[in-house]
Amino acid sequence: MPLEQKKYPVGAHPDLPPPVSTTGPLAWIKTNLFSSPLNTALTILSLWLLWTIVPPFINWVFLESIWDAADRKDCWAQMPNPREGACWAFIIGSFEFFVYGWYPDTEKWRVNLSFIILIFAIVGVLKEKLPGKKYWLLFAGAFPFIAAWLLLGGFGLKEVETSKIGGILLTVIIGITGISFSLPIGIVLALGRRSKMPALSSVCVIFIEFIRGVPLITLLFVASTMLTYFLPPGSTFDLLMRVLIMVTLFQSAYIAEIVRGGLQGLSQGQYEAADSLGLNYWKAHRLIILPQALKISIPPIVNTFISLFKDTTLVLIIGMMDIVGLGRARLNDPYWLGLAGELYLFIAIFFFICCFSMSRYSINLENKLSTGRRD
Amino acid sequence: MPENNLSTANAETIISITGMHKWFGDFHVLKDIDLEVKQGERIVICGPSGSGKSTLIRCINRLEEHQQGTIVVDGTELTQDLKNIEIIRSEVGMVFQQFNLFPHLTVLENLTLAPIWVRKTPKAEAEEMAMQYLERVKIPEQSKKYPGQLSGGQQQRVAIARSLCMNPRIMLFDEPTSALDPEMIKEVLDVMIELAESGMTMLVVTHEMGFATAVAHRVIFMDGGEIIEANDPDNFFNNPQNDRTKLFLSQILQH
Ligand SMILES: Nc1ncnc2c1ncn2[C@@H]1O[C@H](COP(=O)(O)OP(=O)(O)OP(=O)(O)O)[C@@H](O)[C@H]1O
Ligand SMILES: [Mg+2]
Repeated sequence: MPLEQKKYPVGAHPDLPPPVSTTGPLAWIKTNLFSSPLNTALTILSLWLLWTIVPPFINWVFLESIWDAADRKDCWAQMPNPREGACWAFIIGSFEFFVYGWYPDTEKWRVNLSFIILIFAIVGVLKEKLPGKKYWLLFAGAFPFIAAWLLLGGFGLKEVETSKIGGILLTVIIGITGISFSLPIGIVLALGRRSKMPALSSVCVIFIEFIRGVPLITLLFVASTMLTYFLPPGSTFDLLMRVLIMVTLFQSAYIAEIVRGGLQGLSQGQYEAADSLGLNYWKAHRLIILPQALKISIPPIVNTFISLFKDTTLVLIIGMMDIVGLGRARLNDPYWLGLAGELYLFIAIFFFICCFSMSRYSINLENKLSTGRRD
Repeated sequence: MPENNLSTANAETIISITGMHKWFGDFHVLKDIDLEVKQGERIVICGPSGSGKSTLIRCINRLEEHQQGTIVVDGTELTQDLKNIEIIRSEVGMVFQQFNLFPHLTVLENLTLAPIWVRKTPKAEAEEMAMQYLERVKIPEQSKKYPGQLSGGQQQRVAIARSLCMNPRIMLFDEPTSALDPEMIKEVLDVMIELAESGMTMLVVTHEMGFATAVAHRVIFMDGGEIIEANDPDNFFNNPQNDRTKLFLSQILQH
């Protein structure tokens, strides 16, 4: 307790700094780390865990690691004690394989070009206030088809079989296709489900509920095996294509439910105001209803996109070689046998960067779209 | 003070409702409604809660569908035909109790949206017109703000301006001041009185009896889904005919 409080005349009280005991680093440490015996114990335990884990990890990843070697024996030969550090030479040496799969060497520029246009398409969609935004969106809408042509060939380009596609390329293809097609399909399904036409709405309900009731892995098995029974005999329908369709449908059902939630969050008054101004169904939805419903839905939508992106690794089970599949295959390579730690850390970092950027973008977008208080 | 004794007799009929019924499921909410509204006429509708006032005016722009009888607005009959409904809606403005502004758009965008997308007015022209109406409702300085940043009274004035931007021939008001704090009611009523003076055809559901006396040509009293009594404000308030009207008036005038 302060012993004496200086008195000021009424109305002339100056701004004073807060008492020392409530600010400053020492106070922060005291209130946040050592406020009670339990808290103190937890702090000490955490410090001990950090101490036992972090230094060896840093040692392994950076200090003792080898970045340039011909194979794992060479790696270990370069260390004071074998296996003391990471052998990043493995990842570096396999990097091209991890990115392109078995895509023919002479055609790899097509993959690179696709990645570059992908970046333009993403920027075109995400960046606001871009001159000619409309054309950017058109371009982004056309992107999947441009990329399909570039990657698979035909129409003047040498054809590449989809079985040659693997690794990060495959992961990104499945992820981007699922994300970009499921959003529009999901929106249409959500609107269909809320439609006043009973036939339309029941078709949508059945579709959504069926898909949501089945694990993705089952749908992938259906894609890889059963679909051939339904197709006319002799017709070949590319496995990658089937997987893309299944993943998109799966994702659409979830997006539909999220968007439906967003639509339900809007007051009836918004529909009535739009109607009373003479806006028809499509204009009302495009200008009034969907912008608001989608805004509410951004966090859960991005959330499912993130899960989808990680779930693409499931295609491994039906024999497609995504980044995890290729990595595991490489682990059996006699030259690089058993470098699992390096591999999975690399894969984890890849997924983390992708998912974390999506998550940051969604937070950024939410902040940008918030317009004053909600009523 | 607006002209109260407008010679509505020889004005053109703009809304004509005959033998109209409406049900919500089994509930008979509007019963045999007959109502003629002349161009430039101002009608105040009052009645106890649940009597069907909102439903009646919402039938006029087809926010609710009637099941029997006819409603003709400005020469167009309301039927299932979506084209007719759109035509009528663009001629009839509506102001809601809860304002119903579009929260994701600025005030200016709220105002220009329908002119641009329904009337195909060029953007610059629509914005110029929107600013004129914002001047008229006395909040031009708020045009860049979002609805959530305005007071209730300001929001309701924006909502009125938004409807006016479509140059409607008829304005419907559903308890426009009921959601407002007392000190904001006057600013909205002032805008409505000004609108009345400009000769707009208005149907107003309200319990603001001062407004009714000052502005209305006719006051309509509804109860149980029927129009019980309709008269000019003077006779309506001072010489009510029906017992239910008398009871209602004694109740609301107590406050
Ligand atoms: N969509 C609806 N479905 C079923 N019943 C409804 C619906 N809308 C209104 N009603 C009922 O119809 C009756 C008339 O409603 P309405 O809103 O027209 O009354 P009101 O006179 O405007 O009342 P208030 O002064 O409370 O606004 C009420 O009993 C109400 O419960
Ligand atoms: Mg009402």
